Amino acid sequence: MTKIKSLADLRNMKADLQSKIALREKSDNPEGRVQIKVAMATCGIASGAKEVMEFLVEELDKRNIDAIVSQTGCMGYCYAEPTIEVTLPNQEPVVFGYVDSKKADDIIEKYIKTGELLEGIIPVNYEKID
Amino acid sequence: MKDLSLHILDIAQNSISAGASNIGISIDENPAANTMAVEVNDNGRGMPAEVLERVTDPYFTSRTTRKVGLGIPLFKQNAEATGGSLQISSEEGRGTMLKATFVHNHLDRPPLGDMAGVMVLLAGANPEIRFVYTHRVNDEEYVFDTEEVKEALDGLPINDPQVMRFLKEMIIENLLAIKAK
Repeated sequence: MTKIKSLADLRNMKADLQSKIALREKSDNPEGRVQIKVAMATCGIASGAKEVMEFLVEELDKRNIDAIVSQTGCMGYCYAEPTIEVTLPNQEPVVFGYVDSKKADDIIEKYIKTGELLEGIIPVNYEKID
Repeated sequence: MKDLSLHILDIAQNSISAGASNIGISIDENPAANTMAVEVNDNGRGMPAEVLERVTDPYFTSRTTRKVGLGIPLFKQNAEATGGSLQISSEEGRGTMLKATFVHNHLDRPPLGDMAGVMVLLAGANPEIRFVYTHRVNDEEYVFDTEEVKEALDGLPINDPQVMRFLKEMIIENLLAIKAK
């Protein structure tokens, strides 16, 4: 029988984790972090906000982007759920609607990495001009 | 909502909004009696009787961003569709307890879903809140307590992605071991 993971295994991982986190904190200035809030009310959850949040936590880590992903309530854009609010360092927050994994991927690659605005920003007052 | 874990994620948000510092989630499966009970309790600010009376009304919400509140009504509807029920009790200043009972083998009972993922997201997004998740199947029990996790982490953040990945695997393995479904 294979052994089931327990908190003892977590304790054993600590040294490894510590060095990784120390490395990150060296470059840490709270203002330098990307902040993302996933709308996680009934409307968001029913539309797939959980998958979007899991995707963001996982992918931002893999792509080495220093970000905090947290939850927020309903912002009143139920029709466009899942919605996320992205705040880049020293910038105004931007809300994106109809976010699925593909859209989230685009948001990371374009908006978060390069600051390029994308379609789907709420209120929809911005359209890309080709 | 596609499954019970999403309902729980949703109901737990109510506890978080109520300012709870302790949130207990318990799932009690009793295949012999053919029941499954899902309970969420918190030590948040609670509700007065007149609010409590209206929480199952889909046209009632405490939010100002929209006019409907479907979280509890949808959960109630799902429980009742299996022949079960939903009860809520609350005391101002003490907290709230919500319990939904399902008929275990009923075709309309939603599957359990990804409880491990839900617990890890809740714990990671609300590191200051203590979550205790207890899952019972007959006499077997698994308890996931974020206070114990924080002790084991000894100051390292619970919302580190690597920690979250580990915790998710740990919960999945333990739920499998007690044959949760």
